[in-house]
Amino acid sequence: MKILVGYKRVIDSNARIQVRPDGLGVVTDGVKLSANPFDDIALEEALRLREKGVAGEVVVAAIGPTDAQAHIRNALAMGANRAIHIVTADAVQPLTAARTLLKLIEKEQPGIVLLGKQAIDDDCNQTGQMLAALWDRPQATSASKVEVNGSVARITREVDAGLETIEVDLPAVITADLRLNEPRFIKLPDIMKAKSKPIEAIAFDSLGVESGDHLKITHYAPPPTRNKGVIVNDVAELVSALKAKGLI
Amino acid sequence: MSKILIVAEHLDGQLNSSTARCVTCAKQIGTQAIEVLVLAADPAGIAAQAARIDGVSKVLCVAHARNDHALAAVYAPQIAAVAKNGYSHVLAPSTTFGKDVLPRAAALLGVAQVSDISSVEGPHLFKRPVYAGSAVVTVEAPAGEILVGTVRPASYPAAGTAASAAPIQNIPLDIALPDHTRFVELVHGKNDRPDLQSARCVVSGGRGLGSDEDFALIYALADKLGAAVGASRAAVDAGYVPSELQVGQTGKIIAPELYIAIGVSGAIQHLAGIKDAGTIVVINKDSEAPIFEVADFGLVGDLFTLVPELIAAIG
Ligand SMILES: Cc1cc2nc3c(=O)[nH]c(=O)nc-3n(C[C@H](O)[C@H](O)[C@H](O)COP(=O)(O)OP(=O)(O)OC[C@H]3O[C@@H](n4cnc5c(N)ncnc54)[C@H](O)[C@@H]3O)c2cc1C
Repeated sequence: MKILVGYKRVIDSNARIQVRPDGLGVVTDGVKLSANPFDDIALEEALRLREKGVAGEVVVAAIGPTDAQAHIRNALAMGANRAIHIVTADAVQPLTAARTLLKLIEKEQPGIVLLGKQAIDDDCNQTGQMLAALWDRPQATSASKVEVNGSVARITREVDAGLETIEVDLPAVITADLRLNEPRFIKLPDIMKAKSKPIEAIAFDSLGVESGDHLKITHYAPPPTRNKGVIVNDVAELVSALKAKGLI
Repeated sequence: MSKILIVAEHLDGQLNSSTARCVTCAKQIGTQAIEVLVLAADPAGIAAQAARIDGVSKVLCVAHARNDHALAAVYAPQIAAVAKNGYSHVLAPSTTFGKDVLPRAAALLGVAQVSDISSVEGPHLFKRPVYAGSAVVTVEAPAGEILVGTVRPASYPAAGTAASAAPIQNIPLDIALPDHTRFVELVHGKNDRPDLQSARCVVSGGRGLGSDEDFALIYALADKLGAAVGASRAAVDAGYVPSELQVGQTGKIIAPELYIAIGVSGAIQHLAGIKDAGTIVVINKDSEAPIFEVADFGLVGDLFTLVPELIAAIG
């Protein structure tokens, strides 16, 4: 079985996000870019399934600009067998990403598609669900445990009420939550090895994907700030302040 | 003419309060009709609760054994089918339920989704947080297609109770439902404390608590205040508490009147979950911890001394 993993490049989770003065985006100059943390978890899970013998090949797919190659090498260094780079000048919205991944599915015929549950830039949490709908296959979002048994997968999902377990027939789309695993560190020899692994570049326009970028972001603004608070000296002062506000 | 469909969230026969919060958002969109869709094995009791939400004009029910559990693959085709009956908007809460189900319905309808609506600027113009709340974007959706959106429950109060109940209508199901996805079980921690997402007061603990035994301090304070309990990711990862207590970008987004963060450093991903809280109280031994930047009242010191003192002082 083959596993297809979505691998998006985003602003690093530790970077401080600043809105551009013109309100047209966030500052990206000199800002560190990394793999979406949830995609690293998705990739790690795919690699573990390969190590367990469930899967034979792990293919990563990244939709992004030409300079995303270094990012893709990272996935190969982690252990993916090969990569597909859908080259686009502009970022795509989830519906377009889902339609694009569907094209790759038709070509690659994976048994499992693993994505992150959300990307930490737009925080949309949509692509996996949309892909599963278009593919007409099961989805298991926010996975914290994945067990594959032949043509069936049992997935534990982190939901508001607790932990939900569902069973899906493969092929299926699974999206990774934080506690699914801890991604491995890349070692130097792996970086060397990754250099010889194939990256297939495909121009987005050549896929004939109908754009799903229906939404227009008209403005970026910094979040509202909270009023500056006070440091109290002791518990008694805290309790009287909260009592004065009628909070306790 | 606009007509809004809200997908009800429910569990064990109880309507989730997030549905009434979606109604408040729908009212702000401005509409002729707000209808609630209840998909369940036995929807009658849930529908009766939805019919009493102020602003709801009708409740639609699809009763089907396969609707016993909220499986996206089963729910989404039904939502998409109903949505085609002249609705301008389809909304669901951006809880784990809505996040799972609604994008699947949007894709079936061939439309984009606006996730996490936090403000309505016009029938097709919304604000939503991005980058863990580090920026807020204004999003314009095309007026010519159904607007599918998830609503941030923390941004809207629940609509009140109506004087009279809205009509309830059972609608027949005439589409095939897949059987490739099956519910196995739901394990939830037994918890007789207030619900984290709707509680007036929340006490959260972080890695600073150090162990699950010591996390008992958080429960003790919460019990004293009648508060719900929350946690940082680090506390969940360390196994002090179950995952459903995580607050933040990838956990629960909450807006209690009082939020007390103890032994939590205040990473951006945690702060994303508490931006709309009324009053934030912080107890942390590190006066430089970023969480103090959002604190209305900060107390610097060792939690193992201060929390027992606080419990005693509340009396
Ligand atoms: C993609 C992604 C998503 C994430 N999503 C979330 C999320 O949803 N929610 C979330 O919370 N985090 C999330 N995180 C993790 C986040 O970045 C932080 O790592 C996490 O919030 C830290 O938890 P903490 O504050 O409990 O631990 P720490 O950062 O270790 O802080 C512990 C604090 O306790 C204090 N302390 C220690 N001992 C004492 C004592 N005796 N008395 C008083 N104070 C003490 C310390 O001074 C310190 O400030 C996410 C991270 C990523 C990358």
